Amino acid sequence: MKSAEVQFEKITAKTFPKGPDTLASGHRACQGCGEVLALRLLLKALGRDFMAVSATGCMEVCTGPFPQSAWEIPWLHVAFENAGAVASGVDAGNTILRRKGKLPDKRIPVVAIAGDGGTADIGLQSLSGALERYHENFIYVCLDNEAYMNTGIQRSSATPFGASTTTSPAGKMSKGQNTWKKNMPAIAAAHNIPYVATATPAHHLDLMNKIRRAAAIPGPAYIHVYAPCPTGWKMKAELSVESAKLAVKSRVFPLYEIIDGQYIINQKVDNPIPVADYLKAQGRFRHLAEEDIAMIQQRVNRDYEHLLKMAETFQGPLF
Amino acid sequence: MTKKNITMEASMKVGDIPLGFTAQPGTTRNFKTGDWRSARPVLDRDKCIYCGFCYIYCPDGVYQDMGAEEKYYKADLDYCKGCGVCAHECPKKCIQMVVEEV
Amino acid sequence: MSVTDSTKPVGIEVSLAIAEAVKLAEAEVIAAYPITPQTHIVEHLSDLVADGELNAEYVPVESEHSAMSACMGSSAAGARTFTATSSQGLMLMSEIVFIAPLLRLPIVMAVANRAISGPINIWNDHSDIMAVRDCGWIQMFVENGQEATDMTIISFRIAEDKNVMMPFILNLDGFTLSHFIEPITFPPQNLVKKYLPAYETSHKMDLNKPISIGLLGAPDVYTEARKATDDALVASKPHIVKALDEFEKMFGRKYNLVEKYRTEDAETIIVTMGSISETAMTAIDEMREAGEKVGLVRIRLWRPFPVEEFREAIRGCKNLAVVDRHIIMGFPEGPVATEIRALMYHEENRPKITNFVLGLGGRDVPRDHFKYIADRAKAEGRQGHYEIVGVFE
Repeated sequence: MKSAEVQFEKITAKTFPKGPDTLASGHRACQGCGEVLALRLLLKALGRDFMAVSATGCMEVCTGPFPQSAWEIPWLHVAFENAGAVASGVDAGNTILRRKGKLPDKRIPVVAIAGDGGTADIGLQSLSGALERYHENFIYVCLDNEAYMNTGIQRSSATPFGASTTTSPAGKMSKGQNTWKKNMPAIAAAHNIPYVATATPAHHLDLMNKIRRAAAIPGPAYIHVYAPCPTGWKMKAELSVESAKLAVKSRVFPLYEIIDGQYIINQKVDNPIPVADYLKAQGRFRHLAEEDIAMIQQRVNRDYEHLLKMAETFQGPLF
Repeated sequence: MTKKNITMEASMKVGDIPLGFTAQPGTTRNFKTGDWRSARPVLDRDKCIYCGFCYIYCPDGVYQDMGAEEKYYKADLDYCKGCGVCAHECPKKCIQMVVEEV
Repeated sequence: MSVTDSTKPVGIEVSLAIAEAVKLAEAEVIAAYPITPQTHIVEHLSDLVADGELNAEYVPVESEHSAMSACMGSSAAGARTFTATSSQGLMLMSEIVFIAPLLRLPIVMAVANRAISGPINIWNDHSDIMAVRDCGWIQMFVENGQEATDMTIISFRIAEDKNVMMPFILNLDGFTLSHFIEPITFPPQNLVKKYLPAYETSHKMDLNKPISIGLLGAPDVYTEARKATDDALVASKPHIVKALDEFEKMFGRKYNLVEKYRTEDAETIIVTMGSISETAMTAIDEMREAGEKVGLVRIRLWRPFPVEEFREAIRGCKNLAVVDRHIIMGFPEGPVATEIRALMYHEENRPKITNFVLGLGGRDVPRDHFKYIADRAKAEGRQGHYEIVGVFE
């Protein structure tokens, strides 16, 4: 069966799970943290029948200060750069225990959760290995807040062009980050895995259903989640959900899926708002001049055109 | 320095560290983050349409569904950090962030 | 029919014998990355899994760092877990190696000891394991193929003991042991099943009883967590002794924490670890024939260090010639000698301790080296600084 046809129970506004959270309150995430919101929705989508592995980072520190834990499902954290490998080990363990009858004969999704640094930089090798090895119940979720926030807002390869961080500061000789954001979903898709998707916590049903689809499809999945960070982005806490909406409306962060190699754009943005409208609420872009913003706009246009072409060119599953 | 001079208080003694340095589920609830707050969400129930966006978008999961009869979501101020996302996302603008008096 | 069905000794390469022992132990997950001279162990394990002789998941990871990380995952899932590595591989995974003891994940790892770079060198010494000496794992050094085979099975039993729950490193010398063909008697599968029951634990990721593993330890608990780990490692010793005793009862082969060879009335004792002890014993036989009062003490259990057993083993001797296969850069003595000197410092009748470094990066260690170091230790010796035997300066 092709991955696109795999059935799963979709969450709608009416069936939204409104019971108690499986990510407990009392975690130490900052006010208005969009990353922990995405995490909370992810957990809500999967209920209690899965296991989670965290990379070191904001979410790990905020949710697991000994002797407390915010997690109500089995959770394991080992180190920064190895969430992919640790999760693949958990899946291997579950697989053999299932085969030996020591666990019920039921798939257990194992979700590896890491930030952009733990995914696009230091954890890329471990992730690549895990995707390539094709672990059946493996889901990798990158919660991308576009810098190393846990250590104090240093740039990563996922930091967008022009963003001022503590290691890509704007200054007389600098416009902030001087490279373009690494395209992680494309890198994940290059492993020929059945499912890749982008999501934001503002588009909560979309996010939750993508997680559910990832869990339903046999084979590895990669979900790249835009995770607004008021602290690191120098933005009002109340704007974190709003900023995710603007990122989509401006085509800065398009929502799409790649199922068996086929690109599907979930929300086509026919009349995008100017990129400037997205950038203006965030202090990390405050130093940018008009021509800088024009350059970013051009790049956003180009990337979106590319995405459209990918979706047009490859009709139907590639493998 | 003699031991007598050390006045630190232990959070946990060596012998009490659980095997594997583990924690029980959901125990961050023992840590009340409500005192981080400088403003609290105050709901105008007359305007509330029970849409649930405050519940959905709260990063700290502080809203509780009060059910089909009460038809509103109640913020647990023990944990609310006062970020204001609920007020900002409320389609009816019926949540006001009211500054906490010190 | 498998080699392990034979009740008679079988001529087999030691690496393959270790893999067969992992099969007898019914390991459930093996995650490993190839590195010389560990490769034959994991190649043979892959074969055993491919042929259906071992019902396990073999995870062919993309690095040693991921090998240990995957092992952490599978062990936390509750599966009996094995890996093997060497040298640079151990260095690469070392970050993760140090985490396993706190999390009390009873992973078993064979380390085919090999020199670390630089310069790059694939041959045997102990610099790899000494670089992670303080990692908190139970660490043993084996001498020969039979011991390596038996200890592979024993190591699972010790690591998974409910009173222990600690990861276990089995050190065997790369090439000089790992690649030798030796006659090996395999413990029968039915008895291994009795000696080593299936791994059952409540310390795992369990959907019905979820726990969180791998938490942040702030300054208020970090000290206590580290001390708890050290306490657990030290407390494993009596359970290690018990596991070795029970192995002897069931299979007839006895292993002590510290082995003595012709130490009765010995004035000079050579201290070794690993397979060079075989050469050392031959040299001691020759010295004894020449009337020299020389003996050998071999440290099998390196961590937790068998303090009492070691003191007992060398009691009464005048000279200790301590062999190191590693140099602590910037310090006058190697790790084994440093530790023994520290242990003996408060002893009233302590022997004179002389440190010899030999066999670095596969440099041959012939019998006459041991005669030389016994003589040097007996004569004045250079107390306070290691002497490299056979270095060209």
